[in-house]
Formats: sequence, structure tokens, C-alpha cells
Amino acid sequence: MSPIIAALVAAVGTWSLYRISRGLTQGARRHGFRTGQVGSACMVSLAHGTNDAQKTMGVITLALIANGTLAPGSNAPFWVILSCALAISIGTYLGGWRVIRTLGKGLVEIESPQGMAAESSSAAIILLSASFGYSLSTTHVATGSIIGTGLGKRGADVRWNVAGRMAAAWVFTLPAAAVVGALAYWLAHSIKGSPGVILLLIVLVAFAGVIYWRSRAAKVDHNNVNDEWTGGVAPSEPEPASAA
Amino acid sequence: MSWVNFSALWKILVFGMLAGAGLPALFAFGLRALALPGSRVQTAGADTDSDHVYGGNVLGLIIGAICFLIILAALGWGIYEIYQIGHPPAKH
Repeated sequence: MSPIIAALVAAVGTWSLYRISRGLTQGARRHGFRTGQVGSACMVSLAHGTNDAQKTMGVITLALIANGTLAPGSNAPFWVILSCALAISIGTYLGGWRVIRTLGKGLVEIESPQGMAAESSSAAIILLSASFGYSLSTTHVATGSIIGTGLGKRGADVRWNVAGRMAAAWVFTLPAAAVVGALAYWLAHSIKGSPGVILLLIVLVAFAGVIYWRSRAAKVDHNNVNDEWTGGVAPSEPEPASAA
Repeated sequence: MSWVNFSALWKILVFGMLAGAGLPALFAFGLRALALPGSRVQTAGADTDSDHVYGGNVLGLIIGAICFLIILAALGWGIYEIYQIGHPPAKH
């Protein structure tokens, strides 16, 4: 439900932003809404923290309580908060550019007013849901919002094949996460005690390293994030010489 | 117990519209007011890709400032509400 509501809000927002600001020059519009985006992006970050970060911390704290390490009803320990914050920021830093490209260039080619509309809509929906106690995915809401900005602006296209691929990935990740969780438990449990946990950690770090190394093969960063969309996340390289 | 909580759903929709679409619209209105033609109007026709938002109109500046202040106040209030959820006032 949440992506649909987010899309609706973002579509109305986009439509009204373009409607109201049509008297502005192109430059003024871009500059003005870019400034506004700083604020709306901050709110998205806050929303992300109130929602996604809590889930991770909640799961770890729950496990600690179930294990008897923590007393029932206790708060998340500081090291849990810190490590979740670090893990999420590092993950965003490392993988962020690819997501930015898929959402901001692949799904819909967005301009700064659309960006602001999408961010405002996402932040509002996530924060409201959080205040009602619902946990939802920032990604789902943000994607819904961006589709909404594509629907709300005349002449903008939504690449539904990209949207479909993302939806397929969402369906796939749930059972995939369950399988990985089960395998991890099986590995750590079959070798009793600390050695099992340490081995699991090594395997997981190695897997993460391989994924990161694979992503470097076709690098997406601030230099090429807005290059022409040619069907894949990695932009097609026009001149191989620039790879060096 | 149902899958979808409709009373929360329409609240999220209504407040989401107000905050998620209303505030950006107010921002756009503020920009529009700020860009009202004034003392800088002579350059407007020549340079349509100018980055200058402020058109030099004092009334526009005031209206724009009011819009932006309302948005900041709304954000501040919203953040305070969220803080309240995580940190409920101590019961006596």
C-alpha cells in the first residue's frame, strides 16, 4: 500500500510544483528547488533513521534478549546503535551511486522539482507511518514516490521495465534473505561456540568483498551517475581510455 | 485484526498529502513570490537561464520569507512530534 500512497502524493506534489513554478526561469527553478532538496533530503534521512535503522537495531536487541544477554525490557546497548549506524552509512556510501542512478536516471529521468516532490512525499509517508507504528521499507516508498513524479509531470516517462525488475527483486529478496539466514545459522551452529561464529563472519565478509569487487568492475560514481541510460545500471563506456 | 488498517491509511494519505505535497507546493509558491519582477527585472528577458531567484521585489521577498518560515516551523513541529514518540514525557 505504502508505495501507492507515496506515488499519489508525489504525483500531486510534482504537478503542483511545476504548475506553481512555471513563471520562473529554468535556471531559477533549478537553483531554487535544488536548495529545497537539501531540506527534503534531510527529512528523508531522518525518516530512514526512524524506520530502517530501528529494524536492524530491534532485531539485534531482540536476539540479545532471547539469548539472555540482556534483561527483557532493556534498551538497545550503545554498541548496537553505533554498529548499525556505521553499517548503514558505509553501505549507503559504497552502494549508493548505483541506487541513485537506477532511481534518478533509470526509473524516471528526474529534475530538481521532481526530486524535491519525491523526497517530500517519501519523508512524509515514512515519518507518518513510523508515528503510527508501522514499519515499512524506505526503498519501496521512495520508488513509489519517484514513479509518482514521473506520472505527475507532463512529458516525463516511467520506465516500467525498470520498475518491474525492481519489483521482481523485492519478491526474490524475501525468501533469499530467509535462505541466507538459515544457512548462516546452520554454519554457525554446526561448529559449536566462537569458532563457528568467527568462521561465519569470515565467510560473510568474503561474500561482501566479492560483491563489492564485482561492482567495481563497472564503476558508478559521481562522474557517470547521470550518464545516458542505456538499459543497464552501469553506463556504457563511450571511450575506453577514460577507464584508466 | 485485518491486514489493512483503513483508519490509519486515510490519515496517512491526508497528512501525507498535506506534508508531502502541500509543503513543497508552499515552497514553490515562496519561490514564485521571491522571483516576482522588481528592481532586477531588466536582466530577466536577456538571460532566461539565470540562476538568480530573487527578482528584487520587496513584497515578494516578504511573502517568500513567510512561506519558508511556515515550512521550517512545520518541519520543526514534525521533528518534535517524532522525538516525542521515542522519548515520551516522564509520567508522574
